[in-house]
Amino acid sequence: MTSEIILQAIVTGLMMGLIYALIAAGLSLIFGLMEIVNFAHGEHLMLSMFSSFWLWSLFGLDPLFSIPITILFLAFCGILTHYFLIRYILKAKMLIQICATFGLSIFIRSIAQLLWTPDFRNVDKPLLEGRIEVGSVFIGQPQLYASFVCLLAFIGLYLFVTKTETGLALQATAQDRHAAEVLGIPSNKMFAIGWAIGLGCVGVAGGMMANYFFIFTDVGINFALFAFVAVALGGFGSIIGCLYAGIIIGLVESLGGLLIDPSFKLLYVFVIYLLVVIYKPQGLFGRY
Amino acid sequence: MESKLLAAKSEPLWNTNNKVISIICGLVILLFSLPLFGLNSFYLHLFIMIFMHAVMAQSWNVIAGFSGQISLGHGAFFGIGAYATSFFYMQYGITPWISIFFGMFISAVFAVLIGIPMLRLSGHYFAIATLLIGISFQVVFQRWDLVGAASGLWVTMTPEDSWLALQFHSSKAPYYYIFLIFFIITFFVVWLLSRSKLGYRLRAVRDDPQAALSLCINVSNYKIIAYVISAMIMAPMGSLFAQYILIIDPDRVFNIEISIIVLLITVLGGIGNVWGPIIGASILIPISEYSRIYLGGTGGAVDLILYGLILMIICIFRPNGLISFIPKHILERKKQK
Repeated sequence: MTSEIILQAIVTGLMMGLIYALIAAGLSLIFGLMEIVNFAHGEHLMLSMFSSFWLWSLFGLDPLFSIPITILFLAFCGILTHYFLIRYILKAKMLIQICATFGLSIFIRSIAQLLWTPDFRNVDKPLLEGRIEVGSVFIGQPQLYASFVCLLAFIGLYLFVTKTETGLALQATAQDRHAAEVLGIPSNKMFAIGWAIGLGCVGVAGGMMANYFFIFTDVGINFALFAFVAVALGGFGSIIGCLYAGIIIGLVESLGGLLIDPSFKLLYVFVIYLLVVIYKPQGLFGRY
Repeated sequence: MESKLLAAKSEPLWNTNNKVISIICGLVILLFSLPLFGLNSFYLHLFIMIFMHAVMAQSWNVIAGFSGQISLGHGAFFGIGAYATSFFYMQYGITPWISIFFGMFISAVFAVLIGIPMLRLSGHYFAIATLLIGISFQVVFQRWDLVGAASGLWVTMTPEDSWLALQFHSSKAPYYYIFLIFFIITFFVVWLLSRSKLGYRLRAVRDDPQAALSLCINVSNYKIIAYVISAMIMAPMGSLFAQYILIIDPDRVFNIEISIIVLLITVLGGIGNVWGPIIGASILIPISEYSRIYLGGTGGAVDLILYGLILMIICIFRPNGLISFIPKHILERKKQK
């Protein structure tokens, strides 16, 4: 075990962590707005990867260029989800909310399985290929660009939420939707925007990952689990917390896999989750 | 005045609605005599699956419906039960009749171990943690060589039907009766639980933890008790299922689909109600089996699509489940006059 391998694991973990962070940020935004955990988040990620894949396979559009379309598609999915499912269960009990989004996740995943079979697919010869060598560390180009784009998107999201008028309106709705409505902020519209942006983030992550990740119908489950953990770790509703939490998870995953046993990656993340929610239930950077 | 008080004291334990009692008795007798009518093995299988899933859903109902904690990884206890009987039978030759109780015991121990740290969490935190637990069990069993790792356990077949080894090859009728008896026992126990002090305390914990706490109800202890009871109901079903199919592997008995279906049945039937799981199971299981016959079979997950759709529709339009269609006065005991 040399220091180079450990360095390599840290770099890999960092790059994965940025992707987890963006996926979790979408989840966290939605949760912060309406206190609903989107249990179909992983399936939305799967949809974005498949959208990227089909645009490449049917129209020959490289995943790099199809990202705007993927983002729009996912944002549209978000609005549909809100319009057909979420707005009916806003006032329901938490149990019903969990069951409803859980039902959505089963629904999307099995429809995808019916339409596209559970085969593994990947994009052949994308524009981003190969790897670069920095010192003794190998960095895959698609991974590098993916994490870079995710970081950019994350910064964009953060600026949007904290600086623009719509973002502030979102925050106001998150804090107190009735007070916000009194001030003339339509909460239903804000919820739809929240869903569109939240799933747009997933669109970015999925579109970039389509470059190098295998695309199959169950791909979202692990990412969604890590995103749940990241959201809990960063504090439900905190967006900047997701960045740190995502990086922590990425590092734990890759270092744990290297130092102990790669087949139990999920368990290490799980242990971290348990420790945090037991000793610091508001999350590491939570506002509650 | 006095007579009123006496009447209130002698309020019977049983549902005093005679119609309901006679319907239930009639149904039980009908269920016991069904195999005598010479049902073919498909229908027996259908009924066995209904009984099994009703009990599994009832187990989920105890933790989610009564105490309000949503467990998304309840399949773990099913798997523990399944592995317990098969493993002890194959390694030590212990009859499944005894190792069913081992399975229950191990599940209870795990429920306590999992419950102590996790039931302090509430709401989404607990749901996510249980989702992770369900998958962790699958991951661990896939790599645990002692119990056959990913290929699972193939229970040694006895040459003939054997009550001792709980294996019947010639007919499904014995399985039918075993599942039926477990089904009746479980429902009776849960029904007693629902109207015991424990049941009321659990519902108090569900509806308002802080108010419950102010009445000296130890919230987290009661959640753990509910979790343990729930696990102990789930484990025997895993054991019996293992005896029924005789081949178990991690992907089958720890499948997330088990956790999904118990949730779906309970929500469909009516969550927090003893009769909910029966209604849910007797509607959903036939749909699922028939859709597998006529639509599935090609790897298309048609039944899962239906599950997801039904779950969403129920959540939107009937959050209290199908049981809310039945007028209340039938389900509740007669008011004392």
